[in-house]
Amino acid sequence: MRIGVIAIQGDVSEHVEALERTLAGRGQVADIVTIRHKGIVPGCDALVLPGGESTTLGKLLIREGIAGEIQDIKNAGKPIMGTCAGLILLAKRGDEQVARTHQHLLGLMDTRVNRNAFGRQRESFETELGLPFLDTPYNAVFIRAPGIVDAGKDVTVLARIDDMIVAAEQGNVLALAFHPELTPDPRIHQYFLDKLS
Amino acid sequence: MELEKLRHGTELIKRGFAKMQKGGVIMDVTNPEQARIAEDAGAVAVMALQAVPADIRKSGGVARMADPQIIAAIIETVTIPVMAKARIGHFVEAEILQALGADMVDESEVLTPADHKYHIDKTDFTVPFVCGARNLGEALRRINEGAAMIRTKGEAGTGDVSEAVRHMKQIMGEIHALKGMTKEEMIAVAREIEAPIELVIETSKLQRLPVVNFAAGGVATPADAALMMRLGADGVFVGSGVFKAENPEKMAKAIVEAVNNYDNPEVLAEISKGIGSGMKGISVDTIPQDQVLQTRGW
Repeated sequence: MRIGVIAIQGDVSEHVEALERTLAGRGQVADIVTIRHKGIVPGCDALVLPGGESTTLGKLLIREGIAGEIQDIKNAGKPIMGTCAGLILLAKRGDEQVARTHQHLLGLMDTRVNRNAFGRQRESFETELGLPFLDTPYNAVFIRAPGIVDAGKDVTVLARIDDMIVAAEQGNVLALAFHPELTPDPRIHQYFLDKLS
Repeated sequence: MELEKLRHGTELIKRGFAKMQKGGVIMDVTNPEQARIAEDAGAVAVMALQAVPADIRKSGGVARMADPQIIAAIIETVTIPVMAKARIGHFVEAEILQALGADMVDESEVLTPADHKYHIDKTDFTVPFVCGARNLGEALRRINEGAAMIRTKGEAGTGDVSEAVRHMKQIMGEIHALKGMTKEEMIAVAREIEAPIELVIETSKLQRLPVVNFAAGGVATPADAALMMRLGADGVFVGSGVFKAENPEKMAKAIVEAVNNYDNPEVLAEISKGIGSGMKGISVDTIPQDQVLQTRGW
């Protein structure tokens, strides 16, 4: 089993460590690879798109030739998890900010995103978030977080804050506006790994 | 969701913001046009300031926080985070930057210090801070004051990367030396480098700084940026290196690509072709002692 973490930019090592911790807790072994160039994604059984700056990530995914490879992984039905910037990249449609910066979107989910739905860094927050697959709330960390403004009928909404969708999935693609890799609670990574087995 | 259930400005959020910048390039800009160029090139953030360090060095006088109107205009222009510099110890400049919506404050030796004894108490702020350091003691003192990110000081505005190299190797070397030390030995180190023992122990255990550590101060070419990544930097600040280059658009894009390909010399060779000359710069050896910026702060 091989899990790829897109490592162009952002909190990559945090996702790698969270995956390692979660796998160890389940007594599982997997090869975790970090990906900055093309040719590695096709050999992966699951992919993580970490948090970072979506504008930068989008540009470099294209320049490095990785974007198309991620599309193929999705078409093969393999699990993909995007957190924060990852949620933006997974979307089909963006807001005017996304359009103006020529932000490249992978379009793997039938969603429309608002790039900075919750404001600037001073408005960033932590909160207890309920998720349908967890018994108790998750301490979710939102950093200059995006949100999903609307979603198509094939998208399952997992959590909202006010009117904004902050967690959703479509088939094997999971999008989160927050950062489960920044907290020690392994339950989100567990949920993701469940999709693999 | 009730608003009072949202917790703002926690250590996790401040340090988390810095983590999102990893593997990226943060560029100094002095107006919205430059900010747009930086964003188009793939910068992860921009640093808004009145003049790039090379010009501050040339013009002399007192260097202060940038005009809030310019910072506001830059914030309006780009979607990536906007950082801005405050003078060492000038907590009111930092409060103004926070009020403007700057995403991170750089308490910077590039500006003229406002306090020769105390740095800003950064724990009081919702917005995270980045601070410069030349060695492990300085880095840990800043983290203890609440800095969420550290950068090497290097020697800003020179285009000479040697001081950034010196500071990065110094910090990394001191961290490696902590490996395998007993608590007793670490207490002695903490006393010697004037850093809190808890942070020394944490650094020893992690074998890296407890916060994100960028390179800054003299980075002028794609090769310089790749060099700093090879030395263990989490990312790179480029000050005068972009907008003092012959072709800022090409230089900005090349430096971004160099950071993503820092360990591949063949690709770096391609990236470095035909981008025009880098900033002229000045060799650090030729700067008079009273014009050295890195000795500001302690």
